[in-house]
Amino acid sequence: MALTLLPLTFLFPLAGCLILALGYRHLGERASAAVGYTSVGLAALVTVFIVIDFMFGDQTPQRLTLWTWVAVDHFRPTIGLMLDGLAITMLGVITGVGFLIHLFAAWYMRGEEGITRFFAYMNLFVFSMVLLVLGDNLLLLFLGWEGVGLCSYLLIGYYYEHTENGMAAFKAFVVTRIGDIFLAIGLFLLFTELGTLDIATILDKAPALWQKGNPVVEAAALLLLGGALGKSAQLPLHTWLADAMAGPTPVSALIHAATMVTAGVYLIARMHGLYDLAPTAQYIVGLIGALTLLIAGFAALAQTDIKRILAYSTMSQIGYMFLALGVGAYSAAIFHLMIHAFFKALLFLSAGAVIISCHHEQEMARLGGLWRKLPLAYAGFVIGGAALAALPLVTAGFYSKDEILWEAFAAKQSGLLAAGLVGALLTSFYTLRLIVGTFHGEPGSDKARHADPGKGIQHGLPLIVLMVLSTFIGAGITPPLSDVLPAGPGEATESGHTALELMASATAMGGVLIAGWLFLFRRAWLGRVVARGPGAWLWHLWHNAWGFDALFDRLLVRPYKVLVRWLRGDLIDALFMILAALVRVCNAVLVRTQTGRLRTYATSMVLGAALVLLALAMGY
Amino acid sequence: MNGIPMEHGLALAAVLFALGLAGLMFRRNMVFVLMSLEVMLNAAGLAFIVAGTAWGQPEGQAMFLLVITLAAAEASVALALLIQLYHRFKTLDTDKASGMRG
Repeated sequence: MALTLLPLTFLFPLAGCLILALGYRHLGERASAAVGYTSVGLAALVTVFIVIDFMFGDQTPQRLTLWTWVAVDHFRPTIGLMLDGLAITMLGVITGVGFLIHLFAAWYMRGEEGITRFFAYMNLFVFSMVLLVLGDNLLLLFLGWEGVGLCSYLLIGYYYEHTENGMAAFKAFVVTRIGDIFLAIGLFLLFTELGTLDIATILDKAPALWQKGNPVVEAAALLLLGGALGKSAQLPLHTWLADAMAGPTPVSALIHAATMVTAGVYLIARMHGLYDLAPTAQYIVGLIGALTLLIAGFAALAQTDIKRILAYSTMSQIGYMFLALGVGAYSAAIFHLMIHAFFKALLFLSAGAVIISCHHEQEMARLGGLWRKLPLAYAGFVIGGAALAALPLVTAGFYSKDEILWEAFAAKQSGLLAAGLVGALLTSFYTLRLIVGTFHGEPGSDKARHADPGKGIQHGLPLIVLMVLSTFIGAGITPPLSDVLPAGPGEATESGHTALELMASATAMGGVLIAGWLFLFRRAWLGRVVARGPGAWLWHLWHNAWGFDALFDRLLVRPYKVLVRWLRGDLIDALFMILAALVRVCNAVLVRTQTGRLRTYATSMVLGAALVLLALAMGY
Repeated sequence: MNGIPMEHGLALAAVLFALGLAGLMFRRNMVFVLMSLEVMLNAAGLAFIVAGTAWGQPEGQAMFLLVITLAAAEASVALALLIQLYHRFKTLDTDKASGMRG
């Protein structure tokens, strides 16, 4: 029963997108917003029904094949859906958090130009993402994957009047496309080796075909990882995410925090059978996660734009998820994915509330002292920030992050564990810096001094619901993953868990306390430290996120441009240019005959006729 | 009719045709251009008549009938164009009516 309703979860957003796209001339601002959030809201309702049905049923994976997509010989990908614990968790996050963000966007985008376009793209995004997580074969997943990339491009470049926004959209598209190429090659490899793209069949056949550590399966796992790195903004394809903050803030919340960037985590968790066979690739997953979480954590320390801080923190948190995937703790990664979606959406929406209330000011130096004026956004930041920093017991982030650290500990990966703990310290630091800088101290500009708090249910409801979900109540939601994903290394044993919990809590608390002392009472001293000497050098380095942009610019972009310039004047082109020049000369001559004078035409006709007569007379 | 040799008739037709052609090529006034055209058509008609008479064949006269019909149709269209030209450009000079920038 519930299974037949499953297509509705993506058909509602698609219908919303089509209504908005076709009716954009006739829909006003309110109607567009209403269509936008109603379609996702209906999808969320259907999801609730499916979740209830699934939880009270026998929780076995169910499949629904709608039709065969292509049929060429034995290559028969279907439009088929698969509903299992993993898909249902992702579905809940996408439609649930997605609906709240759409509702908030109706408030945020008030008075913006092109609101119909905005909601059409948002709905298309939800459609693609749902397709991505429900697809039972990798080709359908790839379709959703590309659709998500497209919507991301469209929404980052939403304010298209400014060139730099277009460039940011361009960058996101190109960088993630590099990852997509890896993913596509990975799919080709899997298809040639196994003859199918059906996920269940691949996971079924792989262990029989390949030994553990077989180079082919390692290669396939690494290629899939390449795709995941691009979409999830992990090292070295992470540079697009910070620039992607050029889009409206709800877009950042939906795409660049809660859902799209988690697609890579989902992909690896979904294909976990391959990674179990490929220990090297799996180790690289964990390593990249650890490196990214550290690098992004340091970069977040030195940002001044509140949205960029959140962007780097997103990278860092997804680094945690990759770390968990790398030690084989797939459920821990997905659990953190869900919790992260809650609190990161909350943080971004609160940031959106601050930005609108302060008349589009998002530079931290020009904010400040807002906690009395914007109590709801302040509460959102405090609760979301506490979850991000994983303050013990009361926040949801504590439970999910602790599980990841515990799994790393149980897998005896002390390097990854150390990276996770240092990352936790960094997280507390930048979170506190963000909150203190935005809400305490003196207002930095007139815009912050005259902040108007947001009003209405579209502004308040999403924030309050997400606040509740970001506390320990959210951590009470247990995703039904045990049937789908194998148990992590930490399931078997419990020894040392309490000690590790205490250590992680102490790190988070210590970080918050030190950072609080520094940012509240030693502000001037900090300012002096970063103004000169090694402090300034570090600030500069971290502010530019370790110079990856400059590195890629020198290493890839500029050589490419030189190559293009060089190729523009090559020999073969010159040969064809001769042809073009010839045509141009003929054109110039013939243009002269078209004078518009009747006499000239008559004369030339007479001359022509005379020539013909002459030729006839001569006997040709 | 036997008194006039065919060569004379044809020579007259050729001279008329050449005059008309010259007028077509060198005149700028639209009215004269049209008159030149009529002269050329009639020259052709004269050549048909002369040839038909010389060989005792009726086709020459039939062709002439066709030529005058054609000339009448042409004149009506051309005169309409002439009026349009005058309305739009207030002149009958065909060169002035050129809109080309070639």
